[in-house]
Amino acid sequence: MRMNSIPGTILALAAAISLIGCGNKEEPAPQAAPAAAPAAKPEITVKIGHASPLTGPQAHIGKDNEYGATLAIEELNAKGLEIGGAKVKFELISDDDQADPKQGTTVAQKFVDAKVNGVIGHLNSGTTIPASKIYFDAGIPQISGSATNPTYTKQGFATAFRVMANDEQQGKALAQFAAKTLAAKSVAIIDDRTAYGQGLADEFKKASEAAGLKVVASEYTNDKATDFKAILTKIKSKKPDLIFYGGMDPQGGPMAKQMKELGLKAKFLTGDGGCTPNFITLAGAAAEGQYCSLPGVPLDKMPGGTVFKDKFVGKFKTEIQLYAPYVYDATMVLVDAMKRANSVEPAKYLPEIGKTSFQGVTAKIGFDEFGDLKDGAISFYEYKGGKIEYVETLGGTPEAVPAAAPAEAPAAAAPAAAAPASAPAAAAGEKK
Amino acid sequence: MDIFLQQIINGLVLGSIYALVALGYTMVYGILGLINFAHGEVVMIGALTALTVVKLLAGSGLPGPVIALIGLMAAAPVCMAIGYGIEKIAYRPLRKAPRLAPLITAIGVSIVLQNLAMMVWGRSYHSFPAVLPAEAHEVLGATFTDLQVIIVLVAAGMMAGLLLLINRTRLGRAMRATAENPAIAQLMGVNVNHIISLTFVIGSALAAVAGLMVSANYSIAHYYMGFILGLKAFTAAVLGGIGNLAGAMIGGILLGLIESLGAGYIGDITGGFLGSHYQDVFAFFVLILVLVFRPSGLVGEKVAERA
Repeated sequence: MRMNSIPGTILALAAAISLIGCGNKEEPAPQAAPAAAPAAKPEITVKIGHASPLTGPQAHIGKDNEYGATLAIEELNAKGLEIGGAKVKFELISDDDQADPKQGTTVAQKFVDAKVNGVIGHLNSGTTIPASKIYFDAGIPQISGSATNPTYTKQGFATAFRVMANDEQQGKALAQFAAKTLAAKSVAIIDDRTAYGQGLADEFKKASEAAGLKVVASEYTNDKATDFKAILTKIKSKKPDLIFYGGMDPQGGPMAKQMKELGLKAKFLTGDGGCTPNFITLAGAAAEGQYCSLPGVPLDKMPGGTVFKDKFVGKFKTEIQLYAPYVYDATMVLVDAMKRANSVEPAKYLPEIGKTSFQGVTAKIGFDEFGDLKDGAISFYEYKGGKIEYVETLGGTPEAVPAAAPAEAPAAAAPAAAAPASAPAAAAGEKK
Repeated sequence: MDIFLQQIINGLVLGSIYALVALGYTMVYGILGLINFAHGEVVMIGALTALTVVKLLAGSGLPGPVIALIGLMAAAPVCMAIGYGIEKIAYRPLRKAPRLAPLITAIGVSIVLQNLAMMVWGRSYHSFPAVLPAEAHEVLGATFTDLQVIIVLVAAGMMAGLLLLINRTRLGRAMRATAENPAIAQLMGVNVNHIISLTFVIGSALAAVAGLMVSANYSIAHYYMGFILGLKAFTAAVLGGIGNLAGAMIGGILLGLIESLGAGYIGDITGGFLGSHYQDVFAFFVLILVLVFRPSGLVGEKVAERA
């Protein structure tokens, strides 16, 4: 009797769960499965994968990315697009890569197995790069909204794109900012030996030397360290005008604080990893008057920034953290390519991504032959009175002007198409 | 010269922090012959508990040091309870087991505590409010803060207190007897279980102090902080001679100095061939050298293996 009742319970449970599952999934459009599709028009479900850390120290930024993608998907579904004669319903499959390269590849494999039509992500360079090989092998296009390490697009993968300026562009702009705006003559560089930190610091070093700055010290730490007194003391003896740190805020914040404790007079400059409110919390008063950079332009200077903000806050009842607008654009660019190719097949619409000329929320988006954003802008900020204040933007097209108007018409693909048309082929041929 | 002096100060403070944690390791080892790998995690929980209380009180208008003290008062019992629990659940049932078994449970406990802390406090970095004086003073071109002085003094004071406790009190005598031979100690009327529990409780109270000091000094705390700290402190304890209280202090400070001078001067000495990221390599190289020539650490004595 007992034996009988257990399977019974399990069955009941399973039934209940599957009911719940159904109820959840199909809330917006009534049906997706072939089962009840009425005779009218064929309907296809297009799966789009999204990967970011949804747990861990960067969970808040990962969730922000997911929100950006969710917003784009819901808007697209509301429009009721038709591609290749079929009504298209987009489904976002979001997964947690924990900002961990190993987990990143696992998630990537999961997406490939689930036969997603395209991938948005990942958030970190460290996960994006290993995952990009898996997507390339499966022929699935990938657009990252936030991975900035140059390697990502330099591996010869025709499937890899990003809608944000890379660290090469950021390193150059940082050096320019140090030399011109901060009028520094000598600089000390510290990095945390991660793909991101080291990459950015190396680019900064190259560009600084080119800009005539003297690099007086190169020091290293790691992404779990808390004590930087020894390397800072050494740097103090070299008396630089500026200290540049390539790394994230959990190290950058305490580092700025320990600089002050040691009586270092040098300015502190860091990249996007430290351009967060968390940096100010951790550095305390020592953050005041230091600088950081972020790829792109501030939200209120983006062509569609304010509109996006209103939509975002209205929907998710929370502030935008960092990359949500870029992820939103990445999703839109992906679907825009599908529309132009009139197909959701990766092999068919992939060539169209390279020809993108899309007026997004963040900028006018187009790609160079590597899949990098053309004319990526870098903005600079100062920590002032516990806030991050905009200073200036270097590089990029004067994008604030053209699309302040309503805009957002899926621009014609024609103008920029000619040159980068061969992009994927060229990139693939050029295996480095 | 001022730079060299500054590196010495850096090393001294870092070393005292290692010593604070190493004292807990070495005390448990001295009595039980067991390496309590979860000690670093107890330090972390002490830090996060203190941080939570200090954050709550930060706006209350009480003077900073009082708030820090209340934070410690809250953290100490939590740590003590955890220390007591760890011993009871993870180590006591295995007291007669082969030596490797408790080592493995110790690592297990450490992982469990880390994940518990992650669930309670989340994965983000917490900043420690500036309640303790952190103004920089300058002497001969080198700077230090009041808090750093406090850390060095507390580490030295704790070591002295422990030495007194173990060598001059009834409880200390019972501890030494338990260390020497638990079976005979039991026959002489020492409640061995009681003594071992107390050892863990005292060690965990020290962990609470260490946690507060570490997170106040770096004004940062998170669930992962105990791992690296525990590893370094364990190294310090071995360097000085594990089981020896003065050895923990000496080993801690030596390790701190090696790291700080290593990071400061490796690059110049090797002409840029090795950078400051080799500071850990340097530290462990010294550890290996010491262990080759003095297997029981700098001031450790050969302790008879307990059967």
